[in-house]
Amino acid sequence: MSITQFLFYFLTVLALFSAVMVVVSKNPVHSVLWLISVFFAISGHYILLNAQFLAIVNIIVYAGAIMVLFLFVIMLMNLNASTEPQKNNWLKLAGIIAGGCFLMVLVSLVKQANELNNIAVTMGTGEIGLIKNLGKALFNDFVVPFEISSVLFLSAMVGAVVIGKKA
Amino acid sequence: MPIQYYIYLCLALFSIGIVGVLTRRNAIIVFMCIELMLNAVNLLLVAFSKVHNTMALAGDKTSMAGIEAQLFVFFIMVVAAAEVSVGLAIIVMMYRNVHSVDINFLNRLKN
Repeated sequence: MSITQFLFYFLTVLALFSAVMVVVSKNPVHSVLWLISVFFAISGHYILLNAQFLAIVNIIVYAGAIMVLFLFVIMLMNLNASTEPQKNNWLKLAGIIAGGCFLMVLVSLVKQANELNNIAVTMGTGEIGLIKNLGKALFNDFVVPFEISSVLFLSAMVGAVVIGKKA
Repeated sequence: MPIQYYIYLCLALFSIGIVGVLTRRNAIIVFMCIELMLNAVNLLLVAFSKVHNTMALAGDKTSMAGIEAQLFVFFIMVVAAAEVSVGLAIIVMMYRNVHSVDINFLNRLKN
């Protein structure tokens, strides 16, 4: 087994285990920390796919900014395991069965799709994930969406302030 | 790596996110599970962009096909950041009104 394959399996197991722990943790702070671990695993996957720009953006934006925001809010509200509202067990079971059925249907669909056979993802090579090429495409072909996203950020900022202000 | 492995991984992450949304009552955890589902989709988009690029490279050695998908992922992250800021503001507002983040309190909205 090559090192790339080993890293793929390691990151996959890490991502899945951490994702399960996000859902089952009683304490919301632990959930946030496990979610950060999921994001680092996904960033590792991006690096394996040679999407370096997205890996860095994922770490900075998700694991850095968004998760700190979540942690702030949780600590502001003083949530912990004892104040955690719980659904009754039948509803939990129904949710798990529904999610499991969804997964089963889609996995069997992918298994039957012969078009996907013999298609391999090349890892560790490729130029499209590099910052130079992405930057050229972003500022040549995608300037208008880029500018619109800045307006979106401004409106989100104003919206958050308006909602958060004591009415 | 066969593309199926990536599809299975992303489906599993997405399903875990769905189970989290369905089984938890804490609004913040539900919100985090939605982020998890967004990230699963992002990973699948990047994997397929690599497949597209590899196929295009067979014909043209300097092809940049597939770069749109990676920019799409970038824009998804931008929108997710905006969404999180507004969503957490709404959750803080809800906590201020009912002193709980239990999503069952939200059914008061229907009257």
